[in-house]
Amino acid sequence: MEFLRFATAGSVDDGKSTLIGRLLYDTKSIFQDQLESVEATSQQMGNEYTNLALLTDGLRAEREQGITIDVAYRYFATPKRKFIIADTPGHVQYTRNMVTGASTADLVLVLVDARHGVVEQSRRHAFLASLLRIPHLVVCVNKMDLIDYDEKAFQSVKEEFRNFAMKLDIPDLSFIPISALHGDNVVERSAKMPWYEGSSLLHHLEEVHIASDRNHIDARFPVQYVIRPQNEEHHDYRGYAGTIAGGVFKPGDEVVVLPSGFTSTVASIDSYDGPIFEAFGPMSVTMRLTSDVDISRGDMICRPNNQPSVSQDLQAMVCWMSESTELVPRMKLALKHTTRSSRVMASEIQYRIDVNTLHRDEKPESLKLNEIGRVSLRSTQPLFFDEYRRNRNTGSFILMDEATNVTVAAGIIVGSG
Amino acid sequence: MSITTYELNHLDLLEAEAIHIFREVASEFERPCLMFSGGKDSIVMLHLASKAFWPARLPFPVLHVDTGHNFPEVIEYRDQLIKELGARLVVASVQQSIDEGRVAEEKGPRASRNRLQTTTLLDSIEENKFDALFGGARRDEEKARAKERFYSFRDEFGQWDPKNQRPELWNLYNGRIRQGEHIRVFPISNWTELDVWQYIEREAIEIPSVYFAHEREVFQRDGMLLANSDFVTRSDGEELVKRKIRYRTVGDMSCTGAVESEAENLKQIIEEVSSTRITERGATRADDRVSEAAMEDRKKEGYF
Repeated sequence: MEFLRFATAGSVDDGKSTLIGRLLYDTKSIFQDQLESVEATSQQMGNEYTNLALLTDGLRAEREQGITIDVAYRYFATPKRKFIIADTPGHVQYTRNMVTGASTADLVLVLVDARHGVVEQSRRHAFLASLLRIPHLVVCVNKMDLIDYDEKAFQSVKEEFRNFAMKLDIPDLSFIPISALHGDNVVERSAKMPWYEGSSLLHHLEEVHIASDRNHIDARFPVQYVIRPQNEEHHDYRGYAGTIAGGVFKPGDEVVVLPSGFTSTVASIDSYDGPIFEAFGPMSVTMRLTSDVDISRGDMICRPNNQPSVSQDLQAMVCWMSESTELVPRMKLALKHTTRSSRVMASEIQYRIDVNTLHRDEKPESLKLNEIGRVSLRSTQPLFFDEYRRNRNTGSFILMDEATNVTVAAGIIVGSG
Repeated sequence: MSITTYELNHLDLLEAEAIHIFREVASEFERPCLMFSGGKDSIVMLHLASKAFWPARLPFPVLHVDTGHNFPEVIEYRDQLIKELGARLVVASVQQSIDEGRVAEEKGPRASRNRLQTTTLLDSIEENKFDALFGGARRDEEKARAKERFYSFRDEFGQWDPKNQRPELWNLYNGRIRQGEHIRVFPISNWTELDVWQYIEREAIEIPSVYFAHEREVFQRDGMLLANSDFVTRSDGEELVKRKIRYRTVGDMSCTGAVESEAENLKQIIEEVSSTRITERGATRADDRVSEAAMEDRKKEGYF
């Protein structure tokens, strides 16, 4: 069965948790004991109806304050697909969670309250989805029940959203009018909106085509771990273990190892279950080469005629995620990119982007929590990378504070130099 | 000519993700270990770890936090498996923590060593200087676990701070910690109970016999069926009956409930799991019934 990973985003009270609760409930992915516990808590809190949001809001503080604090992962399946939902909170101060949840998603689902239309948060989420190159964006116009299932209101939200999205790079954009509370157009098409001719949300999620979203062209194998059994049976075994980050590898392929530049040939691709004749992303495999070259973690195996950029200088879009610090020019940070760790200096912040207007503020003094900007970085070691738009695996990195060890930023590579 | 679509099915994807994490931790940490309970999730974890480092042996030891209230079948299974893998087993004993006065045994008919395990575990982490502990917790199990990261940071007291977790992006994991701190690592975070069973079937993994339906002396408590053993004290009215049961989870005998079942093989278990309407922890774990946030509270203290 195929997987679809999607992230949900919306403002406070857009009904996101209710929608997820509804998807789980209507696909019978909620268990009786979970439902009973939610019913009991709803009653205790004086809710008129069973508050399905309580299904996803698992932490004590979330239930007390009626908000979602952190990314929560939920699972459900239909006969057609298995789904992983990253439920991300919509508060302004928690936008970093949207970036986190969306970084592994195939699709982003943005909720808009039909009564309020496109708000600052909706624009921010659409921008982030396009920045993170999520190929599919679904806008659920929710709470249609509160505006008498009015088609005109839906159309005006759609138009407003499209106008903003035109400035972004979103390959596949769809709109669905729903009521998460009553289940309209969530699993089944709703009789209350005969004017809507599209599919229900679940049907859309089951059918959206994602197989071609991965890069199977540029062969990239970041070496993660060197396997050397050092026992009698496998005395001279030396295998390079890792996850295929792009393209396809086969035994017999001529390869080049970065940074050394040595060339060799793939002798075999091994696994516990036997030899593999074709390895592609995101398989975790072990590769052996015909010649004995010195290779260690952080090196990259690729094809001689298709190599990534090799540079100590990066141009990147950086989303700052720390509450207690700001990114300022000349700041030094720890970087992790593929399996390679390095130190970097943020040599310059070229501009900060206003996620609501997409306006660029040139040469800002710093990037603060949830701010996104284009940054020039200088690494102590060369990095082997592709533009993020070409390959999410070799085009992404994280930055960590060297003193506190906290992850402070997500980075998207837009070029070298 | 065949057309390759380059698609992996869901079990292949979950396996690849878990193997990636095992290798990443083995590369970046000095002293990892794999926490093993004898339950199906930790058995799957050991299988995945063997795959990740094949043909080499596991580059880290296996840690069993032993409450002393074990199913005998499970201990037998554990010792056999460790021998086959040529792995090193470290046992941290709750009984020893009690004997040394580190913790006090709970009293009364509902006494359990579940909560005491936390101290034993944290002591063992300190003693062995473990800096990364693999656990088989899954996000679908419980609502506090739904908020877990793959790398879950613990401070020098072993505490989890759910409101202050490191963001986890793409498959780039932040393994930076200070001396005395550690991380818990959950390679099968994205698996569901059904995935685990389907994987056990696909990989033909042997599991302890208690997972299959069998006759056993049990009694009713709080709507659960508990096995008769030396580790529980029955109250009046808790009559022993013979039932055909199996276990959906395997933990401390004093708080792990059985479910009535006819499922004698993996195929029947998968059918049963696909159609069940009650979560595995809801059906079988007294430890989660203490309050809405029982798991969250225990996790904050340093529980698995």
